Amino acid sequence: MSQIKSVNDFVVKFANVNGSGSASANEMFARSILRMGVPVTSRNIFPSNIQGLPTWYEVRVSGKGWLGRRGGVDLMVAMNPQTWDKDVASIDPGGYLFYDSSRPIPASKFPGDINIIRMPLTEISNAAYKDPRQRQLFKNIIYIGALSQLLGIEIEVLEKLIGEQYKAKEALIAPNHQALRMGHDYARDHLSDACSLKVERANEVGKRIFVTGNDAAGLGCVYGGATVAAWYPITPSTSVAEAFAKHCRKYRVDKETGKNKFAIVQSEDEISAIGTVIGASWNGARAFTATSGPGISLMQEFLGLAYFAEIPAVIIDVQRGGPSTGMPTRTQQSDLLVCAYASHGDTKHVLLIPEDPRELFEFCAKSFDLAERLQTPIFVLEDLDIGMNDWLCEPFTWDDKRVYDRGKVMTAQELEAGKTFGRYLDVDGDAIPYRTLPGTHPSKGAYFTRGSSRDRFAKYSEEGAVYQDNMQRLLRKFETAKSLVPAPVIEKAREKAKCGVIYFGSTAPAMREALAALAADGIHLDTMRLRAFPFSEAVTDFINAYDQVFLVEQNRDAQMRSLLVNECGIDPARFISILHYDGQVITARFIINAIAERMSLTSREAAE
Amino acid sequence: MTYIAKPKLRHPGIPVNKRGFTHRDYEGSISTLCAGCGHDSISFAIIQACFELNIEPHRVAKLSGIGCSSKTPDYLLGQSHGFNSVHGRMPSVLTGANLANKELLYLGVSGDGDSASIGLGQFVHCVRRGVNMVYITENNGVYGLTKGQFSATADKGSKSKAGGFNADSPLDLVSMALMVGATFVGRSFSGDKTQMVPLIMAAMSHPGPAFIDIVSPCVAFNNHAGSTKAYDFVREHNEAVNRLDIMEPREAIKVEYAPGTTEEVALHDGGTLKLAKLAANYDPFDRIGAMNYLQSRAAAGELVTGLIYMDNGPKDMHANLNTVDAPLNRLSEKELCPGSAGLAAYNASHS
Repeated sequence: MSQIKSVNDFVVKFANVNGSGSASANEMFARSILRMGVPVTSRNIFPSNIQGLPTWYEVRVSGKGWLGRRGGVDLMVAMNPQTWDKDVASIDPGGYLFYDSSRPIPASKFPGDINIIRMPLTEISNAAYKDPRQRQLFKNIIYIGALSQLLGIEIEVLEKLIGEQYKAKEALIAPNHQALRMGHDYARDHLSDACSLKVERANEVGKRIFVTGNDAAGLGCVYGGATVAAWYPITPSTSVAEAFAKHCRKYRVDKETGKNKFAIVQSEDEISAIGTVIGASWNGARAFTATSGPGISLMQEFLGLAYFAEIPAVIIDVQRGGPSTGMPTRTQQSDLLVCAYASHGDTKHVLLIPEDPRELFEFCAKSFDLAERLQTPIFVLEDLDIGMNDWLCEPFTWDDKRVYDRGKVMTAQELEAGKTFGRYLDVDGDAIPYRTLPGTHPSKGAYFTRGSSRDRFAKYSEEGAVYQDNMQRLLRKFETAKSLVPAPVIEKAREKAKCGVIYFGSTAPAMREALAALAADGIHLDTMRLRAFPFSEAVTDFINAYDQVFLVEQNRDAQMRSLLVNECGIDPARFISILHYDGQVITARFIINAIAERMSLTSREAAE
Repeated sequence: MTYIAKPKLRHPGIPVNKRGFTHRDYEGSISTLCAGCGHDSISFAIIQACFELNIEPHRVAKLSGIGCSSKTPDYLLGQSHGFNSVHGRMPSVLTGANLANKELLYLGVSGDGDSASIGLGQFVHCVRRGVNMVYITENNGVYGLTKGQFSATADKGSKSKAGGFNADSPLDLVSMALMVGATFVGRSFSGDKTQMVPLIMAAMSHPGPAFIDIVSPCVAFNNHAGSTKAYDFVREHNEAVNRLDIMEPREAIKVEYAPGTTEEVALHDGGTLKLAKLAANYDPFDRIGAMNYLQSRAAAGELVTGLIYMDNGPKDMHANLNTVDAPLNRLSEKELCPGSAGLAAYNASHS
């Protein structure tokens, strides 16, 4: 039997049952490889369920530092009989199947082109432990111990990780170490030379950190000065609110009084959540909500109010597979249009689109500055892939000289000095009016906020000209936004490129890997990573420089293309859409195939 | 935060309260509601209550949803910030506003369509959370702005002006508020100013979720025979359980009530609430008793009004959330941002 031989470049997939305690063991496995200086990226593939359904954890080991999902499986750790057939079939020829051989499995269930690694995990665990829960939990640690031996992961690294994990529950450290050794020693004695996939110590990780996007988002909101969070539980955004709460408990409790410099409300629904954010922002607090597609659908009316009445708001949308309930535990980039044009009537909203947890941290912090500067809702569009998976990214940084931009808020002193206050009056030429906060001045600056049409001084009006004047100013304000939102990241190919490629969000790591592979094959592409809507002139200029531009999106309908065509007046024929929307994380292989196929088609057409 | 008091030109004889404000200082734009609308009487009662309580107008935030009632915040407290939000969703906006700055007085004005139909969910959840506010529903049983459809508070068997018959059971917001934890609950009638004003004053002095349902006949669409929200019907079936008077340190308002047992209750802002019992043995500090009483009188076709329930030691949302004393909207980056030192620890724990 041929064996895939590889050092620091392979994919391990764990097939488990959810609720079995495998998640933390698997994550420890990934971290141990990182601690050996070898980059990894991991992906959770989980059901919308708490216990008993299949779940997978995929770890890509990449010494070269490719952090996208690769596709394919070199080593399958098959711990779930329910998904056996599918799991075994997904192993690349020459790959490895590691399974619990305590119960016999018929020979017909093993394909001929893979290597089988048998270990009686349940027997070993049952012999060592009496308590059923312990038997289950330690079984996970036992297989991690075995894998460390098979793959050459230093067991000391794993022992140290266990020590860190149970810092607060020291009694658990020794039994976990024991289980780890049990697995390790079994593999040493019975499974030598069973696997030619190896991890070798390297120095490719540097200072990078391993973190989920939702945790980073919660932290970004703390750094951005959010004091009010209102939210409703929904996968995959729940952990944003939970992370915010966790970080607040750490950083925002007044040491002297023990009181909180934050308020978190679990609302009765998403409508209430955005209403609370709008009320708090109207009253001068920095406030946000975190949600996913169905929540965005519910918030539509309020989003129109915030747009029209010009109230800051931050909405973190962790996108999942839509429409309707869709695929709650799968990833997509399919909320672009519903966010960009949220609510009835003519509206346009600012979108920030981060590529990884680090940029998500930064964009969350920045979103409050933008919301208050522009007095409008700001959407931070991340997705399940960024939000719920651990990503390897550069450490987060913060400039201590940074001050919050609280936008145009007229003070009591300014009002007293006789400064003209017109709530919807453009005095600076940037179409952003001044606002006042409730309770500022006894006799000046009060106004009535409403979602109905009004004049520059906030007086109710149904005059057509007055309405249009306001709507035109809102458009001009959106123009102002173009210069304030993060610029696109444009990179030129090393050789002159005939085509460009546009991508955004969580596609970034797969795209980087695809570009390198394509370049090696002589296909050179200039790239633009979109980071925000509205689009600046740089976006239009990039597209106009090429006859054809690839546009990679994770949705069915090429929503970004619609947005670009609509907002930049570009001929739709210039775009070649590459669409990935099965809910799985996009891979470099997928992008490479799609672009290469199209490019060879084009060169063949040119030759004919 | 008081800034410089505004200069005032006024008739020397016009009454001035202890803070130097006249009635005019508590008024707003001219009402555009129908002549005789009960809502205007309620607006006047709110103005009167604010005057009597010497409230600084700009320290009030008035919020509403959509509908005739929700227009009224424009007609009072012109120096206060107002927020006419979306239909049925004022409670969530008010909740957020309150979270941002606990120092203002939050006045929510809504209607039966806004709070009992489209906004029932937000109403009960806002009360449940213990938001410190005065929430008034101007309850007329119909949709006025869309010309007379029944709302969820219309009594079963009510006739509409157009001749329709309401077959659905009514929702009683007072019972609902009691059930979900309002710590001040009252009901009144827009035709009874002497009852409304002290009730609103007591609600404004209450540091917790205060709810008052005020039956306010719609003269255009629901003031006919066969309606249980018409002036005549309410006058006939109004059963006040008590009469209120707010005393020291402020001057008492003259209220006329039949002699009976009186009780004095200290209010949180230093004032005293004088309660004159009209219904024998009615105890407004007994929540379960109040709920039973409401149900039995409603079954008898009576509308119970007055101070229905008060918990004199309420805990509000900020107490539950253990927020700092300073309003959250006044905290600066120094107090909010953990800076690069915080990130160093974060980065170290994620490697």
